[in-house]
Amino acid sequence: MPVLVYTESDQGKFKKAALEVASYGKAVAEAMGTSLTALTFKVSDASELGNYGVDKVLNINSTNTFNAKIYADAIKQAAEKENATVVILSASADSRYLAPLVSVGLSAAYVPNVVATPSNLSPFTVKRTAFTNKAFCNTELSTAIKIIGVSNNSFGLIENKAAAHIEEFSPSLATSSTSVTSTDKASDKVTIADAEIVVSAGRGLKGPENWGMIEELADVLGAATACSKPVSDLGWRSHSEHVGQTGKPVAANLYIAIGISGAIQHLAGINSSKIKVVINTDPEAPFFKAADYGIVGDAFEVVPKLIEKLKVFKAQNA
Amino acid sequence: MKLLVCISHVPDTTSKINFTEGDTKFDTTGVQFVINPNDEFGLTRAMWFKEKQNATVDVISVGGAETEPTLRKALAIGADAAIRVNAEATDGQSVATYLAAAAKEGQYDLIIAGRESIDYNGGMVPGMLAAMLDANFVTNCISLEIDGTKATAIREIDGGKETISTVLPLVIGGQKGLVEESDLRIPNMRGIMMARKKPLTVIETATETSETHSVSFEKPAPRGAVKLVEADNIDELINLLHNEAKVI
Repeated sequence: MPVLVYTESDQGKFKKAALEVASYGKAVAEAMGTSLTALTFKVSDASELGNYGVDKVLNINSTNTFNAKIYADAIKQAAEKENATVVILSASADSRYLAPLVSVGLSAAYVPNVVATPSNLSPFTVKRTAFTNKAFCNTELSTAIKIIGVSNNSFGLIENKAAAHIEEFSPSLATSSTSVTSTDKASDKVTIADAEIVVSAGRGLKGPENWGMIEELADVLGAATACSKPVSDLGWRSHSEHVGQTGKPVAANLYIAIGISGAIQHLAGINSSKIKVVINTDPEAPFFKAADYGIVGDAFEVVPKLIEKLKVFKAQNA
Repeated sequence: MKLLVCISHVPDTTSKINFTEGDTKFDTTGVQFVINPNDEFGLTRAMWFKEKQNATVDVISVGGAETEPTLRKALAIGADAAIRVNAEATDGQSVATYLAAAAKEGQYDLIIAGRESIDYNGGMVPGMLAAMLDANFVTNCISLEIDGTKATAIREIDGGKETISTVLPLVIGGQKGLVEESDLRIPNMRGIMMARKKPLTVIETATETSETHSVSFEKPAPRGAVKLVEADNIDELINLLHNEAKVI
């Protein structure tokens, strides 16, 4: 009874979160003494999954664009075909959309925001975040099939050579009266959900015309850009960049906050990031109490210097 | 159009989070409870449907009598009637099951819940509810228009957004964007007085078995003090991030 992971791809290329759930799935499969199967949609070359411990790949070619009902039905049928007792998804927007539907379809308990491999297999127990990252909750799942949503960057990518034997899977899928009529997405940018580093800026930047240096810093670091709530409310940056309690959650390895004072609602959303750096002119800004490293200084002086020094560092460490 | 808004009764963001009974229960001592922010955006959008498209708006919550002030607040904001399912909200799946039973009874065209609650952040109730009702479902919803039985919604995706065309009955996982923060309504005295006379129905129900069980809680290890680096010593910051934190 293998472990099943849903490995998301975009234009046939695996998302980083997909490789992370594969790595996590491999660790769970090993603990259970079983194999790891991955489900993919429209992937012509799934061999990359073999680097992260996937033994078998079920690839579905029949669907076109993402549709939650149809994709959830496909995951359910893949789990049934494989007799999987553990199904693992990422914390991406699409995976979080799908998991509750799969949960009802399989009558399986679902626990999202999981940050570690199961501490116990019987009863099956996982550690998840709760109270917007202010606490952890050890949670038991009592159903025959268990669904886990793995928090971003909580496990990392672990290489593990496996066969990744590819099999075409053509289930008869559900139909849906829901369809996507248009998509508006920057294709060349790192998304907050997939980023290891996030560079975020606030009202301290004084105006949208000053974001050039934020984008340049993100570019040097291979990071995603984000912003505070006031900045998105003022329309300086799009709402999809707003991070915090009512915006997107961030669980990056490194979060750099520039000109953000650190309101409690902002900190709640970015708390599960591992290392936080704050750059702010005000030494009394609450963010300094939540950060690992801080610079008291003017963003307009510090950021250009940081970009320059990082370029040198990157060139030396390339 | 019959509309149901699901309201989660959650600790205010500024609450201190503590646990009791050997770290097995959330300590509600001194905690202020509010309407879950993501639900409040949905409730405010529902008021728009009520005022512009003659929708009737019911609100529902799962919980004990202590959740009634939160439902009364929703009535004061403008909902027509409230339902409280008298049961303990133990996990997302049991809450969705209670809500689904009440929603079937009420034959709603549109159900708006928050994309997630700010206490457990599971984001599972709206999707499970939709699956249980076999209704269409859009989550992370930042815009919603209804025209007859047709609905147009915008969903936030990783790195952008997509426009979705669907039909009622529909379940929405709403968030900021459905309305803006400046559109949120503070109940006025007239609203509060009227809310007292509006129906609040308590539904008694058999206890659902939870599929998950919170065994224990723990708090993150206390954080060390911030390490300050001088603004003219950027090399030191890069050194710390590379050699100490190992994140670049």
